[in-house]
Amino acid sequence: MVIHMNQEVILSVRELNIKFTLRGQELHAIRNVSLDIYKGESIAVVGESGSGKSVLTKSFMGLLDNNGFISSGEILYGGKDLAKYKSEKEWQKIRGGEIAMIMQDPMTSLNPLKTIGEQIAEAVRLHQPDIKGKEAVRDKVYAYLQDVGIRKPELRYKQYPHEFSGGMRQRVVIAIALACNPKILICDEPTTALDVTIQAQIMRLLKDLKVKYDLTILFITHDLGVVANIADRVAVMYAGDFVEIGTAEDVFYDPRHPYTWALLSSLPQLGQKGEELFTIKGTPPSLYKAVKGDAFAPRNPRALEIDFLMAPPVFEISETHKAKTWLLDPRAPKLEPPEGIRNLKNLEVLG
Amino acid sequence: MSTEREVLLDIKDLHVTFGSGKKAFEAVRGVSFQVYRGETFGIVGESGSGKTTIGRAIMRIHPTSAGEILYKGSRINGKISRQLDRQIIQEIQMIFQDPMASLNERAKVDYIVSEGLLNLNRKLSNEERMKRVQQALAEVGLLPEFASRFPHEFSGGQRQRIGIARALIMEPECIIADEPISALDVSIRAQVLNLLASLQKSKGITYIFIAHDLSVMRYFSDRIAVVYKGRIVELAETEELITHAAHPYTKALLSAIPMPDPVKEREKKLTVYDPSLHDYDKNPPEWREFRPGHFILANDREIKEGFRE
Repeated sequence: MVIHMNQEVILSVRELNIKFTLRGQELHAIRNVSLDIYKGESIAVVGESGSGKSVLTKSFMGLLDNNGFISSGEILYGGKDLAKYKSEKEWQKIRGGEIAMIMQDPMTSLNPLKTIGEQIAEAVRLHQPDIKGKEAVRDKVYAYLQDVGIRKPELRYKQYPHEFSGGMRQRVVIAIALACNPKILICDEPTTALDVTIQAQIMRLLKDLKVKYDLTILFITHDLGVVANIADRVAVMYAGDFVEIGTAEDVFYDPRHPYTWALLSSLPQLGQKGEELFTIKGTPPSLYKAVKGDAFAPRNPRALEIDFLMAPPVFEISETHKAKTWLLDPRAPKLEPPEGIRNLKNLEVLG
Repeated sequence: MSTEREVLLDIKDLHVTFGSGKKAFEAVRGVSFQVYRGETFGIVGESGSGKTTIGRAIMRIHPTSAGEILYKGSRINGKISRQLDRQIIQEIQMIFQDPMASLNERAKVDYIVSEGLLNLNRKLSNEERMKRVQQALAEVGLLPEFASRFPHEFSGGQRQRIGIARALIMEPECIIADEPISALDVSIRAQVLNLLASLQKSKGITYIFIAHDLSVMRYFSDRIAVVYKGRIVELAETEELITHAAHPYTKALLSAIPMPDPVKEREKKLTVYDPSLHDYDKNPPEWREFRPGHFILANDREIKEGFRE
């Protein structure tokens, strides 16, 4: 899908700041983030553990932990500002019916004491009240089971989660999310707990369902490698801020931020046998203190002097591609991305 | 790699069965392979394929129901002498998948790392023990003062290093690494893999590397065995396996590797393995050499006509 700027925005995050209070200290988890999500796209938010990718998406559903709060900014959805939502009652209208979420571990997101059919039916009754009568609900559940690729729905309806494999359970979780009839589907590392073959199948399934159910999909992952297939756009997050955002082609074929370079370089898919894999040295900055300059600078061996002094502004590379790095300033030296990732286009499969 | 290399582990027709009678389930159904000294032998397969069970059978955690495991020429499965048992405990070590679950939360790093050492030699002096702990921590890139801390004070990558130090302190000849990186972040994965590679270089350790992911395997392993439902279906050197994969299951695994190339990925056709393609009822498969050093489980028809796609 080609992203045009005039496309309809379904959810817009504007200068959002999220903080947590922990032992009397304040942790600045999301630092002035802005992001437009377009209707019908699939966008991937990529970052290391602790980068804030899950915190950001949890704030769309009012699921922040009790010590977390939005200190400023807006989350615009359907003409309303979700950042202002306080009561559970308000959130109930958003959760499931407007925005649904699939978690990482299908083992823990299902109720072990209820049949999977009952769990899907519960979502249907709650979110699609126009479907009346036991039979109608049951037929709808069968339809969902079939859509997520579970064969023999009549038999499977009556089974419990322990009778399903990991991949099948994730399909059930997806069916529950679909039964809520959401507009946006957030997938938080939906395949990390699964085998590679199953992972690939679930990704394909989500792609098909996106078309069939007219969904907007938001992926969260730490692994840039898995999103090339499914993402229309990729947003790279570091230390609570987006450092680069663009179409999948922009980010994979023409990455500009040193952190994106580092993430791509460390993929084992690109490793040459007998040579060391690229690693990112050091650890992400502490978000208890204010971050000075480019947050990635201390871990970037080729950081510029100014990276330590001043935070870079957002530079626009093209209509779709933006990055926050001083390297894009006309006065900056011309640095080439590392050799290993210069030519990802038409990469020999496992060369 | 030729036959003159020293065989460290020789597994012959290994069977592992859980339960008995009607409930018996054969998790490993006759696998045979050899592991050479100093190499990295990869075992790849999906959950439930029996790859972990093979590793655990070698570790003597699971009893075997048939077949032989030879270590340096002597049998190590079934009943063995106490002396040999102690030798195996010291020389074959294991690294586990989840660094959050595999360390004792209530013990300090110093104890976690040296517990195995104490079990083998109760007379070990405290100074000697501490010296060995410090040395093992240094080898995995951790600071000596970490010895007095608890596991919860560390990140996932650091915990996995502690797990590696715990194996290293025994001065093992062979380490069985069971999905050592699948619970880690991408950037930390690379660090742990580099560490394992450098330890192999400096100490000549033999690795049996168990994973579900061929993308890591093909970077890390010298030879790869593909396991499906308790049997090895294909075994070859890494390059050979990837360029000349013959078994449809291996092909399915290869096609599932996600590549960082959006245009190609979107066009890619996913191969799904369908075991009903085989006609094994009337024509059972045999383990045979398909190309030099490249073994495959196939029946006569499949060798002659190729596998059905």
